Amino acid sequence: MRAMTQLVASVRHAPMFRDRPNAIATAILGAAIAYAAFRFVEWGLVNAIWSLPQDGSSEACRVARGDGACWAVITERFRFILFGAYPFDQQWRPAVACLLFVGLYAASAVRTLWDWRLLLLWILLPTAAVTVLRGNVFGLSDVPTEFWGGLPLTFLLSTIGFAAAFPFAIGLALGRRSELPAVRALCITYIELVRGVPLVTFLFMAAMMFPLFVPQGLTVDKLLRAQVAIVMFVAAYVAEVLRGGLQAIPTGQYEAAASLGLPYWPSTILIVLPQVLRVSIPSLVNTFVSFFKDTSLVIVIGLFDLLGAGKAVLVDAKWVGFGAEVYLFVAFIYFAFCWGVSQYSQHLERLVSTDGRHRLSGKTI
Amino acid sequence: MISTSRRPPLVFGANTPSISPRTRAIAWQILAIAVVAAIVAAVAFQTVTNLRARGIASGFDFLGRAAGFEIARGPIEFSSRDTYARALVVGLVNTLRVSLLAIGLATTFGVALGVARLSHVWVVSAIARTYVEVMRNTPLLLQLLFWYSLAQALPAPRDALNPLPGVFLCFRGLFFPSPIWQADYPWIAIDHPVLAGFGFQGGASVSPEFAALLVGLTTYTAALIGEIVRGGILAVDKGQREAAAALGLSRIRILRLVVLPQALRVIIPPTASQYLNVVKNSSLAVAIGYPDLLSITNTTLNQTGQAIEAIALAMAVYLLVSLSLSLAMNTYNAAILRRGGRTT
Repeated sequence: MRAMTQLVASVRHAPMFRDRPNAIATAILGAAIAYAAFRFVEWGLVNAIWSLPQDGSSEACRVARGDGACWAVITERFRFILFGAYPFDQQWRPAVACLLFVGLYAASAVRTLWDWRLLLLWILLPTAAVTVLRGNVFGLSDVPTEFWGGLPLTFLLSTIGFAAAFPFAIGLALGRRSELPAVRALCITYIELVRGVPLVTFLFMAAMMFPLFVPQGLTVDKLLRAQVAIVMFVAAYVAEVLRGGLQAIPTGQYEAAASLGLPYWPSTILIVLPQVLRVSIPSLVNTFVSFFKDTSLVIVIGLFDLLGAGKAVLVDAKWVGFGAEVYLFVAFIYFAFCWGVSQYSQHLERLVSTDGRHRLSGKTI
Repeated sequence: MISTSRRPPLVFGANTPSISPRTRAIAWQILAIAVVAAIVAAVAFQTVTNLRARGIASGFDFLGRAAGFEIARGPIEFSSRDTYARALVVGLVNTLRVSLLAIGLATTFGVALGVARLSHVWVVSAIARTYVEVMRNTPLLLQLLFWYSLAQALPAPRDALNPLPGVFLCFRGLFFPSPIWQADYPWIAIDHPVLAGFGFQGGASVSPEFAALLVGLTTYTAALIGEIVRGGILAVDKGQREAAAALGLSRIRILRLVVLPQALRVIIPPTASQYLNVVKNSSLAVAIGYPDLLSITNTTLNQTGQAIEAIALAMAVYLLVSLSLSLAMNTYNAAILRRGGRTT
C-alpha cells in the first residue's frame, strides 16, 4: 500500500504530469506516440520476416510489404553491408581494422593520454588498420583497394581525412592570423574557396580532374584520390575551428612569450598551440562527427562505404524495394556512433564552461 | 616554470647575425608565394601536356554545342536540341529553386522546433529533442536516399493514393490541380490531373526526386536551425522575460514581442551559414538524379570529356552563389545590429 502511494506520488511529480497543461498534453500526445509505436512494433517485430525460406526467394517479403519489415535483407546481407566486397574468407581483417579504429576513438576519450601519446596513437593505429586491410605483408594476402568497403572504409576515410588534414589546418590557421599580408591572403583564399563549394565538387575533382594533373602512366587509385580530396576539404574547416581557438587565447600569453624573448615559432609551438588545441577540442570533436557523416558522399564517385554498400545491396533484383529496412539499419549504426561521440563532446563542453581551460588537460597545470 | 639555474636564458636566435624583421618578413612572403606558384605551375604544365597527349581541346566552346539529353520538365523549357550552356542554366535554376524553397520551409519549421525544444510541456520538448538528435546524428545523404526509397515504394499510377479529391500520389510523383488563367470570364479555371497511360496528364506535378530532395533538405536543416533558435532564445537575459511578464504580457506575446527580436541578433549569423549549407547540400541531388547544377555538370562532362572546364564552372557558380548569399546576409545582419543598437 505504501509502495503504491509512493508510485502514485512519483508519477504525479514526474515532469510529464507536473501541472494541468503537461498532463493534458501528455495524455493527447502520449496516445498518438503510443499508436505510432504500436504500428512500428507491429511492422518491425510482430509481422517482420527475419529469414528467407530454403529456396532463398524473397517472395514472402514482397507479399508482406507494407505490413511487415523484411529484416531478412539484413540477416542475409549484413556481411556485405559491413565489409563490402572484401574477400569473404578474409573478412576478419576489416573486422580487426574496425576494432583498431574504435580503439583509437576510445583512447582519444581518455584525458590522461592527451599528449604526445595520443599523437602517436593517431599515427600508429590508422597505419595498422590500413596494413591489415591491404595485406601483402606478414603473410596476409594482397587485397587491392577496389575490394575495400563498408564500415572500415567509412572509419578510414574520416579518421585519416581528419588526422592528415590536421598539420595542414594548423598551417592555414596560423597563416590566416599571420602578420605577413601575402601569407594571410593565400590562406584566406584557400579557406574561403574550399568553404564556398560543396564537398561533392571536390570529390568529382578528385575522380575526374586529378588524373589529368599527374604525369601519364602514374595512376593513383581512386580511394587515395578521394582521401586526398577529403583531406584538402577538411583542412579548411579544421583551420577555422583552430582560428576560433587562437582568438580565444588571452593576449597576455603572447605578450608573456614575447617578453621572455621567444621568437614566433618557439612561442607558437611551446606556448600558443598547446592551449589552442585544448580549448578547441569540443569543436574539433563536432567537426569530426560532421565529416564522419559526410564521408558517405564518396558514393557519388563509386566507392562503397557503409552507406554505399547498403545502397549496393538494393541494386540486387532480389532486394529491390527494401530500402527502408536497409537504410534504417545503416542509420542505426551511424546514429549509435555519432550520438555517442556528440554526447562525449557535450560533456567536454560542460567541463570547459564550468572551469575554464584547465580541467580539459589530463594533468593539473 | 623555467628554471634559470639549469638552462641558459631562453633567448632564441641570440647568436645569429641580426637580420631586420622587415627583411625576414619579405623573405618569408616571397618564399610562400614562390612555393604556391611552383605547385600551380607544375600542375598546370602537367595538365596541358596530358591534355595535348590525349587530344582533348580545352576551352569553353562545348557550351555552345547541342546537349542532346533531356531534362525533366521544370520552370525553363528545355529540349535536347538546346545548348549545354542552357542546360547548365536550367540546372542552376533547379538548384536555386529547391534551395530557396527548402530555406523557407526549414526556417518556419526550425523556429517552431526551437520554441518546442524549450516548451514548458515536457512531452513537446522531448519529441523535439528526439527529432533533433535523430536528424543531427545520421548523414544527410542517408536521409535523402531514405526519402527517395519511400517515394519509389509508392503504388503505381493506376493504384495511386488519393488523399484529397483531385490529388494523386504514386511512384511517378505528386499530382495536384492547378489554376489556369484565361482571357475571358471567369478568368480562372482549374486543371485537374487525369490518369492517362502510365501516368497523369494535366494539373501540376512534383517529381519524386524533387520531393525527396526538398523533404530531406527541409527536415535536416530545420533540426539545425531549431538548435540555433533554441540557443538564441536561451541567450536572452531572463530579466527581459520577467519584466515582460510583470507587464502582464501573455506567453505568446512575450515570445513574439520581447524574446525573439532580441534572440534574432544571436540567431542570424549561424543561420546564414546554414542557408549557405542548404545551397551546397542541394548538390547531393546528384545521388538521387534530380537535375540540379551538379547533376547536369556531371552529365555534361561525361558527354564532352571537358572535366576541368565543367567542374571549374560548377565550382565558380557555387562560389558565386555562396558569396552573394553571405554578402546579403551580412548586410541584413548589420541592419539588425544597427536597429538593435538604437532601441536598447
